[in-house]
Amino acid sequence: MAYSNKIRETYLEQLKGIQDAGIFKQERFIHSSQAADIEVEFPTGSSLKKVINMCANNYLGLSSHPDVVKAAHEGLDSRGYGMSSVRFICGTQDIHRELENKVTEFLGTEDTILFPSCMDANAGVFEAILTDEDVMISDRLVHASIIDGMRLCGALHDTFKHSNMDHLEKKLQLHADKRLKVVITDGVFSMDGDTAKLDEMVDLCEKYDAMLFVDDSHSSGFIGTTGRGTHEKCGVMGKIDIITTTFGKALGGASGGCVSGRKEIVEMCRQKARPYLFSNTIAPVVVSGVLKVLDILLANTERRDKLEKLTEYWRKGLTEAGFVLKDGDTPIVPVMLFNAKLAQDFSKDLYDEGIYAIGFFFPVVPNGAARIRTQISAGHEIHHLDKALAAFIKVGKKYDILGKSKQEIIAAYGL
Amino acid sequence: MEEMKDIILEYVIEEYLEDEDEVLTYDTPLISGGIVDSFSMVSLKRFLELKYAISIPDDKASPEAFDTVNSIVDLVNEFVGKK
Ligand SMILES: Cc1ncc(COP(=O)(O)O)c(C=O)c1O
Repeated sequence: MAYSNKIRETYLEQLKGIQDAGIFKQERFIHSSQAADIEVEFPTGSSLKKVINMCANNYLGLSSHPDVVKAAHEGLDSRGYGMSSVRFICGTQDIHRELENKVTEFLGTEDTILFPSCMDANAGVFEAILTDEDVMISDRLVHASIIDGMRLCGALHDTFKHSNMDHLEKKLQLHADKRLKVVITDGVFSMDGDTAKLDEMVDLCEKYDAMLFVDDSHSSGFIGTTGRGTHEKCGVMGKIDIITTTFGKALGGASGGCVSGRKEIVEMCRQKARPYLFSNTIAPVVVSGVLKVLDILLANTERRDKLEKLTEYWRKGLTEAGFVLKDGDTPIVPVMLFNAKLAQDFSKDLYDEGIYAIGFFFPVVPNGAARIRTQISAGHEIHHLDKALAAFIKVGKKYDILGKSKQEIIAAYGL
Repeated sequence: MEEMKDIILEYVIEEYLEDEDEVLTYDTPLISGGIVDSFSMVSLKRFLELKYAISIPDDKASPEAFDTVNSIVDLVNEFVGKK
């Protein structure tokens, strides 16, 4: 037997270390479809509890939308269940290309290539388009999947301080001698909910002849007046060279991702990106669902408009109640608690009140920046938010943090 | 001319400290102290190579050699004028 006791002990010890550090992750089983109201089994084995979901990336409330479900059914009937092949052998249907064209239209780019996930898009794109003569200059808070993608690529890697344009400019000067330069950022940052300064970044990239890469996973479908993403909000549509995004959040929430941007870059990915070449693409049933999602979003802006109003309502309610929030205007609304244990206890008490919202702490966010991250959805109604707000206030009173400043909360609970 | 160790100290402060109140000396452990991660060491190496017109081979660019401003100065001096 190769799995000896010694090997088992090695892992048990590591797992115990994770548990002792208080960062052991446990799943909660949802027994209903994804929506604002869900039924959850937690802890495992306990009876089902009805709670309001405040932590899904279901920004547009389309995860279980009847029209999307119906389109998926039709796709299943007309195109079958699986492809049993990667794209370039016999795994490409007409609807895969149709979806690529529709995403191109939606994002205002030149061309698009689908990936099994946005994680895969980020993992594959850099290696496909850069060599060791080039440089990648990334914001220090980019998503983990981008970091993995940069690790897989032979180009030099450097970083700039979060959203610090002076620092970015210095880095562009430092690496002026490189063949190709790519500046890399998230559109909306998932932990803080702040938006990249894409307008300024476009100017800098033009000045120093660099390409601009944006991961718009937390923006596509709802940021910008017609929901096209951060580039629309910042007035730089058509000027982003590489956009990656996911279909696993606002755009139906099932799975899948893409690289969208300059024609040649997309073609390089088709020739060279390993997750595209060596893994099956998105299943036909999901492609059919995403096509319907984009039709809904191209028809009108009702859902993102509603999301914007609900977000305003939620931010205003929390602020007036006396919570410390991260500034911003996106549906990612972090309620700052600073102390990791407080964030965990707060989340648990919210759950008892019927509100499902998760505490984040180190290493997911910096030490001393623990928080409850709330995420608003167009699937919420005002009554959901009122109930959630009442619960936040009740728990906030229990811990006596309402109206308290950052310094006062830290003084009471430590970092 | 500004001393090499001050130039390097200033660069490290500019580059890696997020919080203005933190203090950094020539002997502060950078990598073992968690201020510079091994990923960002690359940019420090590149800064030194461009600034002092040297080339530091990868096997010399160890986390130990980069751990304090003082040890970085020693490392750079090994290569200055040698090219
Ligand atoms: C910014 C960002 N990029 C990429 C991903 C990965 O997306 P996917 O689930 O499609 O792999 C995520 C998801 O967590 C994300 O937040």
